[in-house]
Formats: sequence, structure tokens, C-alpha cells
Amino acid sequence: MSNSVAIVGMGYTSPRPLTPEVSYKEMIYEAAIKAYHDANLPSHKDIDGFVTCAEDFIEGTSIFDEYTPDQLGGVQKPMHTITGDLLHGIATAVMNIQTGQQDIVVVEAHSKLSNVKSLDHITHYATDPILTRPLNVNPHAFAALDMQRFLHVSKNTLKHCAEVVIKNKRNAFKNDLSCHAQNLTVQEVLDSEETFRPLTHLQKASPVDGAFVFVLANAKKAKKLNKKPIWIRGCGWISDSPSLETRAWDTCDYAKLSGQMAYRQAKIKNPKTQIDFFEIDDTYAFKELQHLEALGIYDKGKSGNALLNGALDPDGAMPTNVSGGTLGVGTFHDASGGLRTVEMIKQLRGEAGPRQLKKANTGLAFSWRGVPTTSGITVIYSRKGA
Amino acid sequence: MSGKDEVAIVGAGMTKFMRRAKETPKELCFEAVRAALDSAEMTLDDIDCVIHGTAPDAFDGIHMKGEYLSDGSGAFKKPYMRGYVGGGTGVFSPIQGWYHIASGQFETALVVCEEKMSSFQPHPQGAFLTIFDNMTERPLKPNLLWIFALEMNRYMQTYGITIEDIAHVSVKNKNNAIKHPAAQLGKEITLEEVVNSEVLAWPVHREMVSPTSDGACAVILANKKRAKKITPKPIWISGVGWNLDTSYWTNRDLAYPQYVENAARLAYKMAGIKEPKKQINIVEPYDPFAYKECHHLEGLLLADKGKAPQLAIDGVTQRTGNMPSCPSGGLLGVGNPIAAAGLMKVCELFWQLRGEAEARQVPGKPKYGLAQAWGDLMQVGTVIIVRN
Repeated sequence: MSNSVAIVGMGYTSPRPLTPEVSYKEMIYEAAIKAYHDANLPSHKDIDGFVTCAEDFIEGTSIFDEYTPDQLGGVQKPMHTITGDLLHGIATAVMNIQTGQQDIVVVEAHSKLSNVKSLDHITHYATDPILTRPLNVNPHAFAALDMQRFLHVSKNTLKHCAEVVIKNKRNAFKNDLSCHAQNLTVQEVLDSEETFRPLTHLQKASPVDGAFVFVLANAKKAKKLNKKPIWIRGCGWISDSPSLETRAWDTCDYAKLSGQMAYRQAKIKNPKTQIDFFEIDDTYAFKELQHLEALGIYDKGKSGNALLNGALDPDGAMPTNVSGGTLGVGTFHDASGGLRTVEMIKQLRGEAGPRQLKKANTGLAFSWRGVPTTSGITVIYSRKGA
Repeated sequence: MSGKDEVAIVGAGMTKFMRRAKETPKELCFEAVRAALDSAEMTLDDIDCVIHGTAPDAFDGIHMKGEYLSDGSGAFKKPYMRGYVGGGTGVFSPIQGWYHIASGQFETALVVCEEKMSSFQPHPQGAFLTIFDNMTERPLKPNLLWIFALEMNRYMQTYGITIEDIAHVSVKNKNNAIKHPAAQLGKEITLEEVVNSEVLAWPVHREMVSPTSDGACAVILANKKRAKKITPKPIWISGVGWNLDTSYWTNRDLAYPQYVENAARLAYKMAGIKEPKKQINIVEPYDPFAYKECHHLEGLLLADKGKAPQLAIDGVTQRTGNMPSCPSGGLLGVGNPIAAAGLMKVCELFWQLRGEAEARQVPGKPKYGLAQAWGDLMQVGTVIIVRN
């Protein structure tokens, strides 16, 4: 990607399943202060623009962007909201900086899912009101359908899916942000409560609260602000069809095409050799494998065995979700791209402590917006600029 | 890259604005997109990315409404992003399209704005109950008419403006809208009829407030290289600006929209406009209420503080005046499907600056046009400046 943009600061709160003592505004404030400090920003007044990522129904407030500026220091500044994953916010900030009109842009996303009493009910409202909603199907059943199809077409197995859960929850032990680290066996995963066949309870990420703030800058400012800027080499985002009837069930096109777009920008011809580690959406365990294959990291049906051979482990050839992913840390919904970006930055800066990878020059983060959507986004981060 | 005059509008289309559309939200989007593509003689294959603007999900009762609307908006297997700043969304969406292209990442962009307010029963005003702070304000059960009545009152009190002064804006815009084929509320109306209409929340009268509407608009943007190939009459985006004020609207003086001025100053600076009163030939300020046109003309630095109503009284802002304001008929006349209403203003500038506004065409040879939208808790200003 020409016209380089880097992340120069990150801030986040400690993820927790319940946070009754703080409001979302207080969480964002804490993350913002930490991010601005990390970016060595003399003042929040030096920031040219702000982007937040949020959805009204999850926040419980219509036109939620009303409540975004104060806690970020964004009052009377250019600021807007994107209804997308935090990675969509990163892509937005990159574009804003590349226009030449803004030098420093802040991206924020948060999860206060503990405030949401009926998440499944709300997700149900994301289905087509005329064709799908009257069927009154729990939206997680769409994930189960997707999983059935994926296993059938790819010949990956339930055991492979269980091994994803085991790996990610084990990785999470080495991440101080994790809320759901656990030692499990294949049998325990598969025998956990069946939700929507073939999905079981332990194959689905559990919600946690947390806020993430990142400071992005153009090359000139980035080099001045931070000794270890992390460069954004490519962003690719794609939406497939929102309707269940017309989407690509077999090919996971939102991941495939978003990867291709990001690779093009990052001038990556062979992602299998040019990317060192991956933080991939694992909202449901099978999604990690499905997304890795769609992103071209493994050929169709090959990810499961690679996983069994240890290739996705921290010391394997394709370390995937070393952070523990959302299965191990917890899902922040649209803020989950924040967890992935934090891990990217820590690994690329060499600050990942006990889970620091030996080789971490280029990493790929991929987020999916969850059921019933087909929107995905790939961001490629690198220690070195273009 | 500065972004100035590097991105052009090359096509525009809209649906009719109406109280209750029979079309689904997706179908409204489709209709607007079809019209925009046809106007530029393009197909979806020519579109690199899609931007969607729509305000609260509560209207349509659809969570992640942007996702639902994506295929109707032509985003099938394309980069697609929905942004929003409440009522300011309609002018923000083309700004979003502008930065997609000005970043150098895309050559063309389709910008779609849709709102279907009639799905909310019995009246979409109910959806606005959920925009207020859930601890400090929502228990008071405020609605938008009340808080805008507060702002209108403050504006009138500060500058000694009367209801009659402001009513001139309603007369102008509703009469202008008669000539807009997509208008919902164009009508011949007199000053007396406006002033004597029902009081909804003092000092807001029925004929001083825009209707609730269903509708969609779309524009197509292209970079320099593509724009010149697509049309001999591209309309260039010279300046953009957006600005969001504090959530704590009760803590600031409502007499003047500082955030609109901030957004306008960004846009003027980018466009190289030093004397906006002289250089801006057509203006489409956001007019969901009659006083808002005045309020915004002042924030845009196109009128002195407290003097904007006089422009309507003197005929300066008439379609044939020196600085036509809302020649489309504005939200008061054409209608107010929130996000789509803002983009309707940008469509109007596109048609006016290309000389294609037919019966609404302003006389002379206008060069610069400015569209502005406003929203949230009287909090956000979005401004775009275009030229031919």
C-alpha cells in the first residue's frame, strides 16, 4: 500500500465478562488515555479525526454516534461512526489519512455486551424481516448450517473443530487478557451442551466487555511519534449477499475476496510464505479453519490436518490465534478486531511476553461480523513499511 | 494528495419521497441505484466500492441495517461500508465516498442513502425516544420536536427574531418544491397559512417542520481519470468538512451551531474559498425545521449572526435571488427521509451545476454549490462543496 499509514499507539481495558462498576464511556476513556500515552501524543488536540465502530441495537441507543466524542477528546473534531468491525474502522482511518487531509486519526470500538440482556433476540432482528424473520429461527442455527456445509465440502471433521477450541483456549493461558483459558479434551468439547447440531456450547466464543483505542498516523508523523510504528500494509473488505438464499455457502467469498484485496495492496503473492502469523475470526471453532482456507493459507480441506500436525500452534509453521482468539479471550463482537490488532502490535513490537513468536515480521488479522452477515475484513500489519 | 477536485460526481438518482412507500427498504435502494447508474450510463461492474448511509436502525426495525441493505445497494461481493452521523449522514456519505477515492484505493464509488420511516408504528417520532441519554434524559421522555423547539426559541430570543421572519423560509421552500418531481410536500402556501398552522411545540408550527418520509438517493463518484471518460460534465468535489460536538447538548449555547462553522471552515479551506458569501452560488442547507435553514446559513458563514431570516424576507435566497437557498424545495418541501434527504441536496447541486434542473434551474451560470446536513443531538455538521 503506497502512502503508508502506521499504528503508533494502542490502549485497551482488561476484558471481563461483567463490568458493572464502569460505563462504556469510562472504559473508552481509560483505553483512550492509554493509547494517547502509548503514542507519545503531546495532547489529544493533535488528533485530526476520530472513527468509532458501533451498532445501535447492541448499544441500546439509536444514533449511537451521538455519544462518542467526549470520552475520546473528540469534541468539535471530525468524527464519524462506522457500523463495522474495528478493522473496518482501521481501514477507514487509513483512507482518511491517505487523502492528505488528516495526519493523525483515532479508531475506537468497544463491547459492553454484559449490558445486553437478549443478544440472540437482537441478532434475530438482523435477519430479513420479510423472508427470514417470520421463520423464527435462532440466528446461531445459520452458523450450524454453515458448519454442516463446510465440513461436508471440505471433509474436515468435528474433531478438527474441537481441536481449534483446545488450541485457542490453551494459548489463552499465556495471555493476560484472557477470560476463557481452559484445558480441554476433544471429548469434553464435543460432549458439551449441543446448541445447534453440530455446534456445541464450547465451540462458540463467549461475550466479554472491553474497549480498544488505536492511534494511526501518516509516515511522517508516525516516525516522529513512536520508535516502533506498526505499518498497515493492506486492508481488504468485502460483503457477500446478506440473504441466506443467494450467498456463497461453499466458498466463503467474503473472506476469500477480502484477503485477495489486502494481498494486492500489500504486494503479497504467496500468503503461505510471506505472512508469519494470523489472528483469525474464531467466533465458532469451524470458522477459524473455514477462514484460513478461504484466505488461501491452506487448500480446501487441508487446514484440519495441519492443525492436528501442530502447524497452527505458536511454534508451528502458521501460528494462528496465539492470543487465544475469541474462543480463549472472549468475543467483543464488532470490537473483536481490537483484540486481533492488539496481538498484532504486541507480536510485531516484540512485546508479547511469554507467547512472543520467534518470527513476527508480518501478520494478518481477519474479522467477520458474525451471523447472519457475510461481511469480512482482512488487515495486514508489518514491522516494516512499504 | 490534497483531495481537492480529484473526485467528481458523475451520476445521480433518487426515488420519489413519500409518506408510505410500498417498496421494501432494499427496493428503495435498488430504485435509486438504478437511476444513478442509468444517468451515468454505467453498470455495477463499473463500481469499485459501495458506501451506504442510513440513520437509526430503529426506523426499519432491522439490526445491522447496513448489512441488510447491502445487496439492494449493489454491494454484492464488493467492498462495502456503512457510516453514519445521524441526520448529518446524507451529506457525510458522499464525503465517505470522496475519501474512498481520494485515498487512491478506488477509482469509482457508489454512494446510497436510504430511509424508510413509515415502518415504525404508529409514528417514527417514537424511534427518537431512544436517541437520548439512557440515564439522564430518557426518563424525561423528550422528543425531537421539544428539543428543537428549545433551540428555535433560543435562536429567536438571542437575536430578536420573530416567527413571521422564520416563516418566510417555509413559504420559499414549499413553493420551490412544487417544481420538484420527487417532492412530497410541495405546495403553494402563504405566510399567513404558515404562521396560523397548528403549534406542535412552541414556537414550532406544523408548516415549519419537515414531514416523515420514505425514500432513497444515490450518487456515483469517480476519480479524475475515470470521471472524464464517463461524462463531459463531471461535478467536482472541491471541499469537504465534518465536525461533531459534545453529547452534552444541554451544556452549550444553542443560539449558534459552532460545529457547522467548524465543518464549513474545513471545507472552505480545502476548496480555497476565502469569501463564501461571494463565491458560493447555490446553497442547500439542512432545513428539517424552517429556523434550521437560517441557523445553518449563519453557521456556514453565508449570513451574519441573526441576519439569515432577512435573506429570505428580502428574496436573496429565492431561486432567482443572489444566493438561492434550497432551490430543490429542501426537506420542508421535498421531504425528509433522514439520510436520503441530505443526499437529495447533493443530487440537487449535481443537477443545478450541470444545468439539468429543468423547471428548478437557477438563473445565471452557478459555479460553486454547497450542501450541508446536520443531526444527532443538535451536534453534527457535514459540509460538501462542489463545482462544475
